[in-house]
This record gives sequence, structure tokens and C-alpha cells, in this order.
Amino acid sequence: MSNMNMRKAYGEALLELGRENGRVVALEADLGKSTMSNLFGGEFPDRYFQMGIAEANMISTAAGLALTGHVAFASTFAVFASGRPYDQIRSSVAIPRLNVKICGSSAGLSDFGDGKTHQSVDDIALMRVLPNMKVLSPADYWETKKMVKAMAAIDGPCYIRVNRNDVPSVTDPDAPFEFGKVQMMRDGADAVIFATGFMVHQSLEAAKLLAAEGIGAKVVNVGTIKPLDVEGVIAAAKGMKGAVTVEEASVIGGLGSAVCEALAAGPADSRVRVLRMGIQDRFGTSAQRYEELLEAYGLTPADIAAKAKEAIA
Amino acid sequence: MSYSEQEIRDLRRIAATLRGNLIEMIPPGKVGHLGGSSSIMDVVAALYFRHMKVFADPKDARRDRCVFSKGHAVLAQYAAFAELGYVTREDLHRVKTLDGTLQGHPDMDHTPGIEAVTGSLGQGLSVSLGMALGLRLDGDDARVFCVIGDGELDEGQIWEAAMAAAAYGADNLVAIVDSNKVQATDATEKVLPVGRLKQKWEAFGWNAVEIDGHDFAQILDALDAAKACKGRPTAIIADTVKGKGFDFAEGKAAYHNAAMNEEEYARAVELVKKMKEEA
Repeated sequence: MSNMNMRKAYGEALLELGRENGRVVALEADLGKSTMSNLFGGEFPDRYFQMGIAEANMISTAAGLALTGHVAFASTFAVFASGRPYDQIRSSVAIPRLNVKICGSSAGLSDFGDGKTHQSVDDIALMRVLPNMKVLSPADYWETKKMVKAMAAIDGPCYIRVNRNDVPSVTDPDAPFEFGKVQMMRDGADAVIFATGFMVHQSLEAAKLLAAEGIGAKVVNVGTIKPLDVEGVIAAAKGMKGAVTVEEASVIGGLGSAVCEALAAGPADSRVRVLRMGIQDRFGTSAQRYEELLEAYGLTPADIAAKAKEAIA
Repeated sequence: MSYSEQEIRDLRRIAATLRGNLIEMIPPGKVGHLGGSSSIMDVVAALYFRHMKVFADPKDARRDRCVFSKGHAVLAQYAAFAELGYVTREDLHRVKTLDGTLQGHPDMDHTPGIEAVTGSLGQGLSVSLGMALGLRLDGDDARVFCVIGDGELDEGQIWEAAMAAAAYGADNLVAIVDSNKVQATDATEKVLPVGRLKQKWEAFGWNAVEIDGHDFAQILDALDAAKACKGRPTAIIADTVKGKGFDFAEGKAAYHNAAMNEEEYARAVELVKKMKEEA
């Protein structure tokens, strides 16, 4: 399938929302050309607020816009959209459950060249721990589009993280999007792989490698990390010999933690061994190519296949 | 617009009542932000009982908004809300209790009349700017008043918001700096000097006015001037006294957030009585 860009999906979906709903406004912190919120700004200059390189002010200003009945989308790189204005999100947005929709762009390791300061290992964990916050992590262009549209309809704060790079599409463009539900991407009888973001693609490739060895791997796309589809996760793990979680984020506090929390409290027949793949409690680093980084951090299809075998051994 | 002596006297009487409500919330032994609530009380009286568009329904769409960025001084707003009928006297007595409606810091979910969630310092001006932009976008002529502490000016976000508000020409936004010169632990000048405030706000592109924050004629004139100023936001730097009206607490950091003892409380009650008589 052709490679398509999630940032483009965010920009296009935001523009569509702007056309459909006059209450939608957008804020940007001098990265609109990268997050692609500038598509919205080009058509709706009055509803587009360039806030400069001042993320704290951007988030609290978005809260004020929400308090006057607007649906405020605020975007910048994931590190600057989550950790940097954390207390603004906490106090101005999450406590009063306002309609502020935050887009963390160039998430995970996807901003490969810029290195540690620009690669978000912690954004999922930070946003997940906030009461009232919903956390979304789309797998591809199509899912990003559907999620951004869905976010506008959801009441209250949301955080979505998108990849910087063109990545293969793995979801069905025509399938309806169901917020808060896991999606079975491929069935298998031996191991279950819970993946999110671009890692869904990597996991599907891993499942092919495993199939060649006679191992059946089920791949589950967890697009909504919070609220987690606990029933769906438990059902997917039921009867499996082992499970793997894969995310382009820290293994602490993110998808892996969420899945473990769900399975640990679930029934015995779904309480399988879970190995968490992701960024192993470290920061990122610069590289010339995205693929290089994924190799260095053990997030290739071969890595995932090996881990799945370990999980069911 | 000039105000008659009677109008000024009325406000003075209201402010005395509000200071009475303030101490009613924090009887002997109950900790509360006495200092920063009483320094801004005259401005609160002028805003809610004269200048702002205020309605019986705190959610009335036509209302002006007042956001306390210095959220710890919310007792001043609660004191006003009791007179406006937004909260009851019983609510005042249960401030900061588990079953009360009045939280320790402003919370719109709990308290009618509160417009946002503030208290984590530095954020209220940004929230107010967002409201001002949102109202303007809707062609709504309601205005937004944001009360900021002078100690709070330590927070960098205030200056981010100041820059943005000027860039957007938010003339429906008024920042009121409660310049009481004392913050949580010491004199503002000792903790971190804030420098020349009028010049700072002007350098950020604002119309800035300095007033005596306990002189009602000056407060009202400054608010009118802010309304008349078009194309840029206005900062009113109100020179105030921390603990104003309560002589034992005036100018003292110790009363930033403290409980009065029996003797102090009796003195406070006596002082309020005198304020009412003299008004």
C-alpha cells in the first residue's frame, strides 16, 4: 500500500472540520507548516491563532476559547504539546474538562534527525495519567483522519499523537471508526500483539514472519489508549500463549502498562505473559533515517517476531 | 465619566460588607488567604457592583467575565457572590470543606460565578485572552477582566500572554495587577523584584495605567479608560496594601495564608463594623 502522512491527515481533517463546524478554531506554536494546521489557517484566518513559540500560553488560551463555546484544536510537536505545557493542560484544560483537542505531532522517534529533545518518549504516559483526558494514537493516515473528526464530536479534552513520516496505510479507509474500541487486524492462535501507531504496521509485518514459521500471531490495533477497551483487550488475550505490546514510546506508563493493568485484573484465561516493547526507559537520539532508529531501538518486524516467540516460549 | 460622592460611598459600603463576608469565611483557627483577598477587595467591589455587566443568572450570556488568575484570593470573589446571590451564607461558612461548594481555588464546576479553573499561577491571563478572542470571534461585546498578583508576575506565562494579547489587539481584555507588594514568603521586592510595572506592560504593547487600588474614583476611572481604549488591551496596576482594612495583617507576608486567633478575629470584626459605619 502507498505511504501516506498522518500530519497531512491531521491538517486535512482539521480543514474539513473547519468547513463543517463554525465553532472549530485552531491554535499553533510556530510549527503549523509541520503539523499542517496551516491548511486550516489558510482558509480560516480569523479562526486560526498563531501563538508563537509559547506553548503554555497556547494551551491556556485554547482553554479560554473553549470556555466561550469553541472547539479548540492546538498542535505542535508532541514533546511541546504534552510535557512542556503539562500543568497548563492539567489545570486549565483537564480539571474543567474543556473542549481542547491537543495534537502532538512528530511523535515518538519519528522526528529522527532532531534527537532527544524533539523525540517524545513520554507523551502517552503523561497524557494517560491525567484524569478526564482521552489519548488517541492512530495507525495510519486514514485512522488519523477519522480520529481527528471524532475528537471534535467527543465532549472534553483529547490528546492525539501522530507520526512525522510517510507510513504505509494499514486500515480500511471505508470502515467506520469506533472510538474507544480495539481493532483486530489479523487473527492468530498462538500470540497476541497489541500495537499502536506506526507499530501496527510493524506488527503486521512481524505476523507474516511468524506465519512463515508456523506461528499464528493475532495483531490488535489499540488506537484509543485511554479509555482503554478493557473488554476488547481481555477478549483478544483469551486463550493465547503469550502477548506482546508494541509502541513508539516509553514502555513505562503507555500502551504496555495499560494492557498489563487490564490483563492483570482480568479473568485467569486471559492473564497471559506480556512482554512490553517500546522505548526502554531511555531518551531518543539523532539518526539520518527513521529506519535506522527503529532498528537501534528494537522496533523492526524481526524484533517484534522474536519477542512474540519469547512470549509464547 | 465622573462619579458622585454618593456612588463612591455606596461602593465603600459594599466593600465593607465584602470584607465582613471575607472574615466570616475564616473564623478563628481556619486558614485562609486573608492578605491577598483584602488587597483586591475594593477592585472587586467596583467590578461586580458597578463596572461589569453582571446578572442574577451567573451564566447569563451577556455577562462580562472576571477571572482570578491569582486564584488563592478567590475568597474575595466568594464574598461578592454572596451579595449577588450566587452562593449562600451557609456556603460561605463551608468554604474549603468536603461537602462545600466553595473550593480553595476557583473551580467553575463547583461555584456559580467562577469562570474557569485557576490557581496554578500564571495561567489566568492566557485563559482570559482565549475568552476575549472567543467573544470577539462571536461578535459578542462582553469584556474580560483578569486579576493578577504582583508576585504572580514571576510566572513567565503571564508575559507570553501579554505579548499575544497585544499582538491580537485584544481591547476587550483588562488585566488588573493587585500590586500589594508582598507574596507568600516575603516582600515581592525581596523574593524577586518585578521592576517598573507600567513600563513593562507598555513595552509589551499594552495601555497601562497606575492607580491607588483603594481609591474608588481612581478604580472606576481606570476601568472606564480601559473600556475607551481601542486596539490594545489595558493593564491597570493597582497599588494596594496586603491585608487592607485589617491593621494587624496589613503589609505582612505572615497573613498571606493564615488563621486569625480569637483576638485578631475580634479585632477584624470590630474593624469591619467601623468600616460600615464610616462608609
